[in-house]
Amino acid sequence: MSGGWGEPVTVNLLTGFLGSGKTSLLKRLLSLPSLTDTAVLINEFGEVGLDHLLVEEVDEEVVLLKSGCVCCTIRGDLRDAIGGLMGKMRRGEVPAFSRLVIETTGLADPAPIVATLQAEPSLRHHVRLGNVVTVVDAVDGLHNLDGFPEALRQAAVADRIVVSKTDLAATDAIDALERRLHELNPTALFHRSDMESAAPELLLLQDVHDLEGRSAEVRRWLAAETSHAVAEHGHHHVDRSRHGEIRAFCLTADEPVDWAAFGLWLTMLLNRHGSEILRVKGLLDIAGVERPVVVQGVQHTVHRPEHLERWPDEARTRLVVIARNLEPALVERSFRAFLGLTARVAAPA
Amino acid sequence: MCGLCGIFGLEAHWTDDPGATPVSRQADRAHRARVANTVLGLFGLKLTPWADRFTLAGRTGKSAVVGHLGAVWPTAEKLAGRPCDPLDPAVIERVEHLAARR
Repeated sequence: MSGGWGEPVTVNLLTGFLGSGKTSLLKRLLSLPSLTDTAVLINEFGEVGLDHLLVEEVDEEVVLLKSGCVCCTIRGDLRDAIGGLMGKMRRGEVPAFSRLVIETTGLADPAPIVATLQAEPSLRHHVRLGNVVTVVDAVDGLHNLDGFPEALRQAAVADRIVVSKTDLAATDAIDALERRLHELNPTALFHRSDMESAAPELLLLQDVHDLEGRSAEVRRWLAAETSHAVAEHGHHHVDRSRHGEIRAFCLTADEPVDWAAFGLWLTMLLNRHGSEILRVKGLLDIAGVERPVVVQGVQHTVHRPEHLERWPDEARTRLVVIARNLEPALVERSFRAFLGLTARVAAPA
Repeated sequence: MCGLCGIFGLEAHWTDDPGATPVSRQADRAHRARVANTVLGLFGLKLTPWADRFTLAGRTGKSAVVGHLGAVWPTAEKLAGRPCDPLDPAVIERVEHLAARR
């Protein structure tokens, strides 16, 4: 068991639109033996106390955030709630936990929560972001995606998408919803909440930080390139469908990439357009670095890069971008222009 | 502090070279500054390694200390007095021109 101030606590975000079934899924997950050392933070919103009552069985490990919306008070409340919970664990006031699930409000944008975990000095060394799990209702999911930008954003940033209430919807409707979600977020792993074989603990336990699961995770990201291959011009694949203005596309580079040039480009892009870039996930072939480098980020926040032991297939840079209101061709042109700069400067000694 | 930086002080940033060794870190910082200056020059700015940080200076003499690449752009926009947008077609064209001159 980890926790304390040693190993960082893995933080999972559980999000999904109003009434999608987040709490039902959470109850089910928390009943699994592999997730017994999991603490929960829930956000009191709307029907006050309803969610709290449903997860009350998690006893002392439940902490209610005092204010209504996580996003608006993220820096203070979330920091204090996580810090307070970890302080209680250190003092032995609550059982040690190695994982923390934050259940967001139905209208939450997960990005500010991610930013707080990464940027907040009192937290960043003690927590690490695990999977973002988004629950989408099979009955109302398509309607919500069409009508509410919050639902789109929650699906677009997800690492795992759980389609709930599948027993209440027709198979055709579920298939249509899943196709739509896959077009919106081709890197996510899909589960149906009624599938016993789906090993629901894998929603939380297996992520890109996990050495055993990292390669499989990255393979799924890379599959997005071919599953969405709409070869418009060589290296540039754009999803045919539009979801509002959210689109998934893949940037590639056949030659090894200079890390400094890539960092320069991505930091400049995120500084100006970070709020429009919902997810970036990819595998980079970095000049002078033998092993492939995994890069991923949520809006302005980029995670610390990780290495894979070996290439899952060919050694080639591929970066999946899920963005809103950005023209993929322009992003690709910018990407290529910046990578082309490095031949102008001397390589590091 | 911007969300991207995620940094107070001088802790590691994601843009630090993932293959860097302690010995190569100084050379890596110099390389990053050289690469950054090809673009910062378009905005009249220059980045210089300074101890384990960088200084970012404009032509009028205004300058600021930044810890890493992530912190460069908000500061650059303040010093330059205009957005530094990599998706601005005019900026892309000039970067393409710079790359073609290699």
